[in-house]
Amino acid sequence: MEDGHIVSSFDEELNRMRSAISRMGGMVEAQLSNAVKAIGRRDDAIARHCLQADAEIDAMEDEVEALTLRMLALRQPVATDLRAILAALRISHDLERMGDYATNVAKRASALNQLPEVGPINGIVRMGQLTHQIATGVLDAYAESDVDKAIAVWERDQEIDQMYTSLFRELLTYMMEDPRNISPCTHLLFVAKNIERIGDHATNIAETVYFQENGTRLEKLRPKGDQTSFAVVTPSDSDES
Amino acid sequence: MNDLTYATETAPPPEMDSAKIAKIVTRNVNVYYGDKQALIDVNLDIYEHEVTALIGPSGCGKSTYLRCLNRMNDVIDICRVTGDILLDGQDVYTSDLDVVQLRAQVGMVFQKPNPFPKSIYDNVAYGPRIHGLAQGRAELDTIVQQSLERAGLWKEVQDRLDEPGTGLSGGQQQRLCIARAIAVNPEVILMDEPCSALDPIATARIEELIDELRENYTIVIVTHSMQQAARVSQRTAFFHLGELVEVGETEHIFTNPSDSRTQGYITGRFG
Repeated sequence: MEDGHIVSSFDEELNRMRSAISRMGGMVEAQLSNAVKAIGRRDDAIARHCLQADAEIDAMEDEVEALTLRMLALRQPVATDLRAILAALRISHDLERMGDYATNVAKRASALNQLPEVGPINGIVRMGQLTHQIATGVLDAYAESDVDKAIAVWERDQEIDQMYTSLFRELLTYMMEDPRNISPCTHLLFVAKNIERIGDHATNIAETVYFQENGTRLEKLRPKGDQTSFAVVTPSDSDES
Repeated sequence: MNDLTYATETAPPPEMDSAKIAKIVTRNVNVYYGDKQALIDVNLDIYEHEVTALIGPSGCGKSTYLRCLNRMNDVIDICRVTGDILLDGQDVYTSDLDVVQLRAQVGMVFQKPNPFPKSIYDNVAYGPRIHGLAQGRAELDTIVQQSLERAGLWKEVQDRLDEPGTGLSGGQQQRLCIARAIAVNPEVILMDEPCSALDPIATARIEELIDELRENYTIVIVTHSMQQAARVSQRTAFFHLGELVEVGETEHIFTNPSDSRTQGYITGRFG
């Protein structure tokens, strides 16, 4: 870690900003974990709790924005300070989006609980757990300013993408088997999509950590595993399965 | 002409633009005040039609460096300068060089506005008169008007050119000093903290002026205000303890400096 500023109140503000991001990150992790639980355990109470928690995450984003705005206006930050502040602003937006997606997963859990249990619930839960690990990893990388960890996590996003692609195909197959599956499976499809998007925002955060530490963009091409844009499942596929 | 090949700058930025023309080339410049060394092996290029900002803590050598460029250090008895300082490839420290001519070519604006205790007109006309740049009053009038226009002061003073320059506001006085420097057709203008005695509005006017002047002149500015360096310059050079630590594009220096000392200084962490 660098030496402190001559003006120590600037350090205090930067620390407050970092700890706000860490707290917000913790809230988003909990939100994701709860939303996935609500799906896996068909638990309405947890789903309802998620809806309330989302407002708190949004409030945290406002808090981070106010802190960064204040420092930009009053401190005229440059170099590492400027990058740290920009990074916090960006990460807070990513976390807010992640929170929204997790909340949407919880909402769909409430809907799914009113329908018969069908589809690859376990697969969705596993995908949610993996995404949770990745989110945790990227928040650790931020807290520890650890670029190597950020890159390692960033590369793992393709595992989420691959799981999403296979869930996508599986869900289509369920829907073709029996039209009564369409309603729950469509919800599950959106759940999977939301989780996949959470993973994408986690990789954004990894890229931001890289930028914050190095001052340059992560130029490597990220390995992509999401093939659903090209996925086609024909009725003959479902006959075979 | 001096056709020696010189070492590169002390700290060349990664994205050095070879298409730019170096107006001033300084190599291995060392300056001593008696036994004390004030500058250590400074290698720095000043590019044409750019504003180069020199920043660094007090006593880092940035003003000393600036004053080498038009031999203002000559007036200090105990000061000794070694190394090469080339203006358009010509060594400015040869003994047969006309220092008065050099200082017309490389003009200077100081921290506190220092107009002569003369009329506004005479302040600007003084240089052209002693250098014999004007044939007659009409031509001198033209030079005075053009210089004041370029310094952004003409509209404010055209009706009172006979009034004393010292009666103007601080910001106007500083622009008068810039007009005075411009009047002798310089190629380079050195500015040593030109805004430190001015309020923010007058500062903004001078900064706007610096940006306009860049089209016709090459400007080197010493400033203690990092924001000012960031606002007005294209290149920034950071000095510390007599050394040129880092030089590069201003945007690069203020977003991602390479040297930890630059980083520490511009972010206010210098311990």
